[in-house]
Amino acid sequence: MEEKKITVRKQKIKKDYTKIKLAVYGALTLLLILVAVFAPYITPYDPYEQDLGNALLAPCREYLLGTDRYGRDMLSRVIMGARSSISSAVLLVVIITVAGSIVGILCGYCQGKLDSFLMRLSDIFLAFPGMVFAIAAASVMSGGIMNAVAALAFISWPKYARIARSQVLTIKNAPYISAARLAGSGTGKIILKHIVPNIAGPVIVTAVLDIGTMMMEIAGLSFLGLGATPPTAEWGSMMSNGRSMLQTSPWVILAPGCAIFLTVMVFNLLGDTVRDILDPRQSRRNRS
Amino acid sequence: MEKILEVTNLKKTFYKNKTPFTAVNEISFTLNRGECLGLVGESGCGKSTTAKMITRLLEPDSGSIRLDGEEILGQKGKKKKELYTKMQMIFQIPQDSFDPRCTLGDGIMESMRNHGMKRKDARKRMYELLELAELDKSFVSRYPHEVSGGQCQRAAIARALAVDPRILICDEATSALDVTIQAQIMDLLSRLQRDRGLSILLICHDLALVQKLCQRVLVMYKGSIIETGMTDEVIRHPREEYTKSLIDSVF
Repeated sequence: MEEKKITVRKQKIKKDYTKIKLAVYGALTLLLILVAVFAPYITPYDPYEQDLGNALLAPCREYLLGTDRYGRDMLSRVIMGARSSISSAVLLVVIITVAGSIVGILCGYCQGKLDSFLMRLSDIFLAFPGMVFAIAAASVMSGGIMNAVAALAFISWPKYARIARSQVLTIKNAPYISAARLAGSGTGKIILKHIVPNIAGPVIVTAVLDIGTMMMEIAGLSFLGLGATPPTAEWGSMMSNGRSMLQTSPWVILAPGCAIFLTVMVFNLLGDTVRDILDPRQSRRNRS
Repeated sequence: MEKILEVTNLKKTFYKNKTPFTAVNEISFTLNRGECLGLVGESGCGKSTTAKMITRLLEPDSGSIRLDGEEILGQKGKKKKELYTKMQMIFQIPQDSFDPRCTLGDGIMESMRNHGMKRKDARKRMYELLELAELDKSFVSRYPHEVSGGQCQRAAIARALAVDPRILICDEATSALDVTIQAQIMDLLSRLQRDRGLSILLICHDLALVQKLCQRVLVMYKGSIIETGMTDEVIRHPREEYTKSLIDSVF
């Protein structure tokens, strides 16, 4: 009797804990997105205005994160950079999730030659080192953050195609799909109403967890000068600008670096929590 | 008696690593109107494959299936959709036969909506069906994992009857349920059969159940029908060795 009570209480606490986690990380994510959306209104200075007289100032009361070598306020630039970094990462994840899932569902559902062809194609993409391919593609397509997104999208969709395909294969022969067919539902309806909702969990979990990774990849490309073009404020290119001054004025590289670190961490924690909720089996396996 | 379903020389071979395996080998049988026909045999003998071919979930290699004298193999699109107003199936594991992301109510209404019924009418009919299947109205908004196997199977029966079919195929419809629930579901099925003049193909491995419900029985073994006849007759005087062992294995 005594023991039973204890276990019940434990479970209750655990469950509430997940909800609190979701609330906290969700709020932090929302905060980041709000900062990105309202960036132009909350920056203390114009992030693009140069003031060479105040170049490379250390963080002080006036310039909370210091200034870069053109005298631009780092805080303003970091805030402004949230816009391009977060929006491009989210856009990229949305593109690859949708495109990959469509390919995966098609492959899983139709199978046959189309499946073999698309899956071998995705094998080729998966065998390629992603960053190297993205560097090559981005440099061929010239700079610009949208080209970086396109290059990364081109190399990253197979992961989602694989996940979606394997999920479709596991549920395709489930009795409820047969039952839906017996109810007179056509292929389109079966896919939209019965397959998509049932495979969405793992896909969404992967997508949320991938936002952080993709943000780092974009920042990486920008760091190499293949993403955002100057003077656009973008965390990767800002770090690249500051790398020669790491020893003399470390704030120039540390400010965007910490921004990337914090943002990626928030998105990853959110992804973990979303997985706990949408895919409880997986998290339980990891815990035990 | 009038034949409603006529299966002739139905054959299906599966290939695994290019080794052929004949799951169903040239079977022929007929189902009469208003009859309950039993199909018994051990696991893997091709019972479910037969059910899937009759419901067009699986294409046979050869043979013909006639419903009311009309060939249904090769029917496509609208014709095929129409077929499912005449024929419905109840699956083995009830919880698996409902989409885990849809409520039971949505599952029951799906076929009616697909056949052009308005949402309001479909909802009304769904409540009637639930009553017929002896289920409470509160089950409409429940998800398959929230109800017991027996309740879920009742919902599945309600779903199958939604389009007012003439043939009901029960693919081991009670084998996943415990004994008392099994009896209840069987009572429900036989009552429905009497009241509505349904023709039922009862696929089962439990001879006792078949004896209780079916007038005629087919015994299937390794993809072929080895014995057919009136149920009592077959059970009392089995001709084949396999049928004997099947009868002996009933506790």
